[in-house]
Amino acid sequence: MYELFTMISAWMIPAIIVFIPLYAALRRKVPVYETFVEGAKDGFGTAINIIPHLVGMMVAISMFRASGAMELMLAGVRPLFDLFSIPSEVLPLGLLRPLTGAGSLAFTADLIQTYGPDSMIGRIASTIQGSTDTTLYVLTVYFGAIGIRRTRYALKVGLFSDLVGFLAAIFICLYIFG
Amino acid sequence: MVNWIWLFMIVVSVVVAAFTGKMDTVTQAAFDGAKSGVTVSFGLISIMVFWLGMMRIAEDAGLLKTLARLLGPLVRKLFPDIPPNHPAIGYIMSNLSANLFGLGNAATPMGIKAMQELQKLNPDSTTATPAMCTLLALNTSSITLVPTTLIAIRMNYNSANPAEIIGTTLAATFIATSAAILADRWYRRKAAPPANFDSNFKLNKKSLNNSATAAGGDSLV
Repeated sequence: MYELFTMISAWMIPAIIVFIPLYAALRRKVPVYETFVEGAKDGFGTAINIIPHLVGMMVAISMFRASGAMELMLAGVRPLFDLFSIPSEVLPLGLLRPLTGAGSLAFTADLIQTYGPDSMIGRIASTIQGSTDTTLYVLTVYFGAIGIRRTRYALKVGLFSDLVGFLAAIFICLYIFG
Repeated sequence: MVNWIWLFMIVVSVVVAAFTGKMDTVTQAAFDGAKSGVTVSFGLISIMVFWLGMMRIAEDAGLLKTLARLLGPLVRKLFPDIPPNHPAIGYIMSNLSANLFGLGNAATPMGIKAMQELQKLNPDSTTATPAMCTLLALNTSSITLVPTTLIAIRMNYNSANPAEIIGTTLAATFIATSAAILADRWYRRKAAPPANFDSNFKLNKKSLNNSATAAGGDSLV
């Protein structure tokens, strides 16, 4: 199992970056390099636009950790998490993930910074952040755009899948990297 | 919601710091946090520039459309109540394929267009239809092939193998999406009278072959 996961991780990016330009050039006669440069221009703005969101959230999270408030919040749930040998440090990420995209991204960055990217916490945090989207934001944007007020079971389904994704991320990482 | 979470963290931090006598540390932490925010964002530039360049090639080569067409049968199965030749189907397929490539900026407008098309089929314009709920469920769990942002952050903090989380992320996202689809199915069956649901489903299956050409009619720009 570990070998399979390692292979997928190692091959996904090389496979994509070879296949796409090759297919584009040979089958569709796309001027690949010029097209690449044209599209790449958007990347800078995308990254820069994240700055205010990330600064705002990382200030709050950094303060929360430094003041001891994070420790206080986690002390209560730690015994329960220890029972399943889950690091309780990832709990706030699970709570933030469906509510705020910038907040959970900032929290993931904070966990990676504090515990290291290759620690179990760092790997679990990366997997949680990458595996689901911000349910509340998606709901607001999509239903807000067409004036839906009664959302029926949509929120419940979204939150349920977030919970499943959160637990799946933890147990998959514990199994693969443990 | 976001406003309250943000306010909560800042206020609680200062209150707790007042009790623990860590006020200096907290002030320092605020500035450190701001600095990290900028560092992390700058760390994203390299990967974003590279990935969006690659994705433009994929777009120009029509790969997103091809992928959308491949998703056709699955989409029709998940949305039995949309008429097979309805434009909503095309938008949904574009939305899902953009999500797969991690192109949030392209996925969102497609998703909104799909919602607008679904709204035309809606008898009550303020209440969500089952199809809308399904589209939302797929988007909130969002299957992504390569979590580029995370790889960039891990790279920034000197990970020995930034990409090693691709496999675990794919597995977790697959499970989350399956859970979303199953929960959505369950609520659908609960909400609609079963006989009606069944006949709709069969009707759609029959017309599946006729509508194969209607797939991916809308371009992703």
